Amino acid sequence: MFLDFFYSLKKYGIPVSLQEYLTLLEAVQEGLPGLSVDNFYSLCKTTLIKNEQHYDKFDQLFGTYFKGIQTVELAPPLQQLFDDEWIKKNFDRVFTEEEKALIESLGGLDKLMERFKQLQEEQKERHEGGNKWIGTGGTSAFGNSGYNPEGMRVGGESTHKKAIKVWERRDFRNLDDTIELNTRNAKLALRQLRLWAREGALEELDLNNTIKKTAENAGMLNIEMVPSKKNHVKVLLFFDVGGSMEPFVKSCSELFSAAKAEFKHLEYFYFHNCLYEHVWQDNKMRWGHEIPTIDIFHKYNSTYKVIIIGDAYMSPTEILYKGGSVDHHNAETGAEWIQRITMHFPNTIWINPIHEAEWGYADSIQIIKQLMNNRMYPLTIDGLGRSVKNLMAKNKQTH
Amino acid sequence: MKFTGTDNYVASPDLQIAVNAAVTLQKPLLIKGEPGTGKTLLAFEVAKSLNKKIYTWHVKSTSKAQQGLYEYDAVARLRDSQLGDEKVKDISHYINKGPVWQAFESDEQVVLLIDEIDKADIEFPNDLLLELDKMEFYCYELQRTITAKHRPIIIITSNNERDLPDAFLRRCFFHFISFPDRDIMKEIVNVHFPHIEEKLIAEAMRVFYSIRDINNMKKKPSTSELIDWLRLLQIGGLNISDLKNLNVSKSKLPYEGALIKNEQDVELLKRMGNKSIQY
Repeated sequence: MFLDFFYSLKKYGIPVSLQEYLTLLEAVQEGLPGLSVDNFYSLCKTTLIKNEQHYDKFDQLFGTYFKGIQTVELAPPLQQLFDDEWIKKNFDRVFTEEEKALIESLGGLDKLMERFKQLQEEQKERHEGGNKWIGTGGTSAFGNSGYNPEGMRVGGESTHKKAIKVWERRDFRNLDDTIELNTRNAKLALRQLRLWAREGALEELDLNNTIKKTAENAGMLNIEMVPSKKNHVKVLLFFDVGGSMEPFVKSCSELFSAAKAEFKHLEYFYFHNCLYEHVWQDNKMRWGHEIPTIDIFHKYNSTYKVIIIGDAYMSPTEILYKGGSVDHHNAETGAEWIQRITMHFPNTIWINPIHEAEWGYADSIQIIKQLMNNRMYPLTIDGLGRSVKNLMAKNKQTH
Repeated sequence: MKFTGTDNYVASPDLQIAVNAAVTLQKPLLIKGEPGTGKTLLAFEVAKSLNKKIYTWHVKSTSKAQQGLYEYDAVARLRDSQLGDEKVKDISHYINKGPVWQAFESDEQVVLLIDEIDKADIEFPNDLLLELDKMEFYCYELQRTITAKHRPIIIITSNNERDLPDAFLRRCFFHFISFPDRDIMKEIVNVHFPHIEEKLIAEAMRVFYSIRDINNMKKKPSTSELIDWLRLLQIGGLNISDLKNLNVSKSKLPYEGALIKNEQDVELLKRMGNKSIQY
């Protein structure tokens, strides 16, 4: 019944499933929405949409599907809705018999669309009144609030029709950040990184020991308790905050927040491009608050797992030469420091947000990868999974 | 039998549809929204308006899905066996029923509230899939399946602290309670303060919404905070002129603590006051 609508939701990236569609049909069968289209809108929303981020997209698609074309103020992916194909395919549904006759009177749909596009191109400014341009209040075939019955309504509310619809208000516009916060996947991948240990308060019944102690006690009950299992993996994170990392800030901070939620023992440090003799913990207060890298070796023992996150994209001199750093004079090369880290922490990996296929194009990435004994992984769910596996492997120091 | 809000609870038409759909099709309803928009309250009000009993399960970070179903108290049984208690022969004496079990075996349909499901472990919702779908679960100790006599109306709230798994979402209806606009807010305030002076409300709401409009606030005041604040204003006997002449740069907001819950926001307000921005 609403299958086209269902598919258009799917096409524009709203995760809907057959199960939800069937639920909607069931609800319609029960007569839930009554006769009002507003109620039907609410019902569709509550059955099909499971995240407020998708509300805005849904509002637009609902409006488009159930009313024909009403708005050109669409988010970029939705703009495609305007392609001729979609309109042709949905011609019968979108337009009433009356409208169809009018479209024919204007030379058919193709011509109308062509002219619409042409006008869109020609027109640079907002337009009101007049009889040619797309705008508001005119008699041209395009725009809204106009008197031309064969006109297409473009955005805004209609002054000659009933009041603005809920989905036209698009209340949820700013909830749709199109970027899906997918820390869940990252968390699930990082989950594999765990070392169970019993520590702290006695919370669980130790069955084996209780039986043993009770037997020793000639059958008189003797309860033994143990602390519950907790994840005791300890992690150090090193973040590159160099300029070339700018495009990856979002995915990296997602990973960071996932890691922060998953690991109790987590310390993080920042560096710029390559690791040298010092790192820092507060990005705003780098200068004067540096922490010598050597102190990190003293403070954290080799049981810590080290994750370095950086694009490794720089000039090879920054790694290989003394004084090669871009922002200070380094007495020892970056390569030496990286080697020192991998020596001190046997479980060290490098996560690179740059796509794995492009690593070959930058010498610096190749050099770092070598320095890391190939333990460089892309920032994808698969890459995270592989890196965690490597971190969990014992004595992974291969030279 | 339709839910249309109650004397104390103003439900938007959207929300009414969502609740009624969940009630009719007997599927759980997942409610999200800013803190203080009445998510938890909804379950109680639905129970009240449909005249049903309510069972609540407040989820904590240490909660396990199993605890909502039942817990087997092995230690108590061992102890009783030592004391030679007759009870020990029947294991069912040591099964402590959780809220889900209680709701399932109730003789009439009830409302079951699972509050703040996002607080628990990331796997928690996955462990409840079958229970929510089929409304049944298996009790290993008793070796029998507990099936709901009447499928309860399940209302689940989430504060968005973590994403819920798709498989879980698919089984629920979903509603996001957005922050009420002025008209609905007026209705809500009227429900709580039927006798308050109209003008005082208007002034208080103006101040309230102008605070909400400040960008960069860590924690924007919500409905429940407005209600608390109004109550304080009423008790404190403030009149309209006090609010009207309010200028942050010179005087403090009366009962500021009821609205602003974060010291950084207090600072922010002060700084804005210095730039002589009026409410």
